[in-house]
Amino acid sequence: MARIVEVILNGRRRIDAVPDNLLLLDYLREVVGLTGTKTGCDGGECGACTVLVDDLPRLSCLTLAASMAGRRVDTVESLGKDGQLSAVQRGFHEKLGSQCGYCTPGYIMASVGLLRRNPHPTDDEILEGLGSNICRCTGYVKIIEAVKYAAELQSAGVEP
Amino acid sequence: MNEVVPTRTIGAYVPMVDGPEKVSGRAKYTADIIRPGLLAGRIFRSPYSHAEILAIDTSAAESLPGVIAVVTGVDCDKTFGVLPIARTEHPIARDRVRYRGEPVAAVAAIDDATAREALRRIVMKVRELPAYYGTKAALAPDAVALHDHKPGNLERDVFFELGDIDAGFAAADLVREEVYNCAEVCQNQMEMHAALAEYDAVRDRMTVHASTQVPYYVHLMLARVLDMEMSRIRVIKPHVGGGFGCRTETLNIELIAALLARKAHGSVRIMTTREETFITHRGRPETDIRLKIGMRRDGRITAVECECDQRGGAHSGYGVVTILYAGSMLYAIYDLHSVRYIGRRALTNTPPCGAFRGHGTVDIRFAFESLLDQMAGELGLDPIAVRRANYMTAPTFTDNDLMVNSYGLPECVDWVERASGWRTRKGTLPKGKGLGFACSHYISGASKPVNWTGEPHATVKLKLDFDGSIVLLTGAAEIGQGSSTVLVQAVAEVLGLDLARIRIVTGDSDVVPKDNGSYSSRVTFMVGNAAIAAAQELKRVLVAAAARKLEAKPEDIECLGELYRAGAQDKGVTFDEVVTEALKDSGTITVTGNYSTIPESHGGKKYRGAAIGGTMGYSYSAQVVEVSVDEGTGVVTIDKVWVAHDCGKALNRLTVEGQVQGSVWMGMGQAMSEEAGYHDGLMVMANMLDYRVPTIQDSPPIEVGIVESNDPHGPFGAKEAGEGSLAAFLPALTNAVADAIGIRFNDLPVTPDRVFEAIEKRRRAKGTGSPKGNAGG
Repeated sequence: MARIVEVILNGRRRIDAVPDNLLLLDYLREVVGLTGTKTGCDGGECGACTVLVDDLPRLSCLTLAASMAGRRVDTVESLGKDGQLSAVQRGFHEKLGSQCGYCTPGYIMASVGLLRRNPHPTDDEILEGLGSNICRCTGYVKIIEAVKYAAELQSAGVEP
Repeated sequence: MNEVVPTRTIGAYVPMVDGPEKVSGRAKYTADIIRPGLLAGRIFRSPYSHAEILAIDTSAAESLPGVIAVVTGVDCDKTFGVLPIARTEHPIARDRVRYRGEPVAAVAAIDDATAREALRRIVMKVRELPAYYGTKAALAPDAVALHDHKPGNLERDVFFELGDIDAGFAAADLVREEVYNCAEVCQNQMEMHAALAEYDAVRDRMTVHASTQVPYYVHLMLARVLDMEMSRIRVIKPHVGGGFGCRTETLNIELIAALLARKAHGSVRIMTTREETFITHRGRPETDIRLKIGMRRDGRITAVECECDQRGGAHSGYGVVTILYAGSMLYAIYDLHSVRYIGRRALTNTPPCGAFRGHGTVDIRFAFESLLDQMAGELGLDPIAVRRANYMTAPTFTDNDLMVNSYGLPECVDWVERASGWRTRKGTLPKGKGLGFACSHYISGASKPVNWTGEPHATVKLKLDFDGSIVLLTGAAEIGQGSSTVLVQAVAEVLGLDLARIRIVTGDSDVVPKDNGSYSSRVTFMVGNAAIAAAQELKRVLVAAAARKLEAKPEDIECLGELYRAGAQDKGVTFDEVVTEALKDSGTITVTGNYSTIPESHGGKKYRGAAIGGTMGYSYSAQVVEVSVDEGTGVVTIDKVWVAHDCGKALNRLTVEGQVQGSVWMGMGQAMSEEAGYHDGLMVMANMLDYRVPTIQDSPPIEVGIVESNDPHGPFGAKEAGEGSLAAFLPALTNAVADAIGIRFNDLPVTPDRVFEAIEKRRRAKGTGSPKGNAGG
């Protein structure tokens, strides 16, 4: 069965017919074509598919698209303003929080969620906020630096 | 030429040139390529570990509406494999399956649900054969051979003896022998394997997009397996989500996608699951090592005897190379003269292993550095002093003919000793805390390529046209390690230009020159040197044009990047004006830079396979690991890691630090938690919860010291930075745990249950009981 779902995706209203068993991840990638959100595991293991639902990080691989009716969904493609990278994007780019880049959209959205609710996270709060994502390249050291730098940029007025 | 080129980015912290795509979600990986009409491919995998195939009935799958093509082993009698001497694997099993998960059939359907349903309708009839999950069982005299051409299931045995081993041990004051076991580990890169094959039936042409480190090897194997001319095949490598060696050989997935696409007369995308990615891992084999070292009272090593058994899995893959590396790379880190090595690579009914980061060197280094630490303790020597007693002096050749031109190990050791406060802190930490030390090394590209064709090792093309932009064309596979960035830096540096002048195109066989691929840490060294050569050639063309324009001699022209002038008083001409002048000669300018290794670096001939290990430059690493061990739970916490890496010259400090931290951390995963576990040949840990990858909360600060030994042959003096620091973590960890609690772990991973069990065993032996009063009873 399918149902008609209205969702605010990256700030724009969309209406789609969505099969009941369609995952939000597959809706974003295969139906809408927003492939920035990545599939990294067989369900809930790695965090690569993290998006924001009403500003809170959520694993899109464990979320049904049909349950997003009336919700705000933001993916990595929503970030940046006036053609410029956002604070978190700049952090991951300039501090090398991203190497192969595959886990990066998930990390970025988890970090954006963190900085939106807590603009000045402590080290422990950063570790907790990113604790359900896995990166295989960086050893995490530069990911932590990236988020700290993003917090500084955010304090200076750049949107996360 | 009187030139003044200011240093621009070499040695600086330079973010990756493809970073903006990655942080914005615009970077396209193979699975992100979505086209109308794309068929979904799925693979039917063997539920048997070892069996003769009697029949595969795919009729019910084929008759399912929406199924467009089904392929089985019947559709392809060709074999593939990375080594020319071991191309014996079928992309889809024929006659026999040899591990649980081996492809037996594949389906292309209009959507994924239909493809999955079709798999459920495939029926496989077999006669089961005895299966062997361990090296010993597979090598037992009465074992059934997995492959007819490999009797006894011995993929390869290696033996060499260089120097007088008996005299060496006789000269020792202390001789110790230990056995070690390292579990099989998987690369588990974040991007699951994917392949997209597009078959143009009208022209009989095949295009394959693959998540690979070696597009050229994929090209070769596609031609072989499809029985097509290479000129009809195009291989595209989109962004790749990590490799770590998993993708340094053609995988069955890209071949199966192509077989399906051809049969379907269409386009097929295979996106594997994480479980399938684990099964297709080509990881580091389970390794058993017996190591014996003789040492003088002053720490000098007098003799080494090493026996190494690797559980290779069901097919050859890189196996011969892995077992050879394990022996040859005993050398080139310390001054050794009496060494005996016995290596055996077994064929077993488990998924094939391959070339995991640090290929062949890691487990051996774990054993070696562990035993050095243990013997240092027995002789009352500082573990660091033992290393110092065995330094080499570069330039030199090792006893197995490896050429060592630069050797920054002493500086690495000095750095970590200082940074960690070793001299004052070692032995003075509170109970349950410890410091461990170890060293490691790696090659900067294998000097002899796998497919020896006589061509240069690396070729880079630069194209310069009317718009004044330079396009760098290379086959070097960017997989996240930063190869594109370092190549752009190299060209910009030679020409004195801003990075923004240069665009890089890579990963499309229609456009870029062939490259052997991203493995054995070859790209910075080999392709980097080719990029420098190409840029120098382009500069020669531009200087000649500027000389004409300025009516001066070429040798009097100064190249300042955006300005060319004849002496300091000349106002000169701009880069754009020089380009316009240069184009008058030839139209669009293309120049080529090549690089080849020198014969002296090709390794020796003293034993069969002695060329393995030969490289133009060895990187070196030293590490200190600080741990806390909770004796009540067995949990080991890494408090801090200090690592120094001799990369010759850090062309990009940001990416060098990132690579070194990443390799240390990957070593940490292997040392502490990662293990590919099987039950009756079924990989039961094929997900990221059971296969314990350290999370951000488990991971320590890693402080990096960069040592620059300026290799005489390296590009700007550089050597590799992405692999050499992995191995030292493993022994540095177990040495630290031994320092903390007095128990030495020779088996990896050092999981809390193993630690707890060892502590309990000691308590029971001492008769002191458990501190909690109820555990271990």
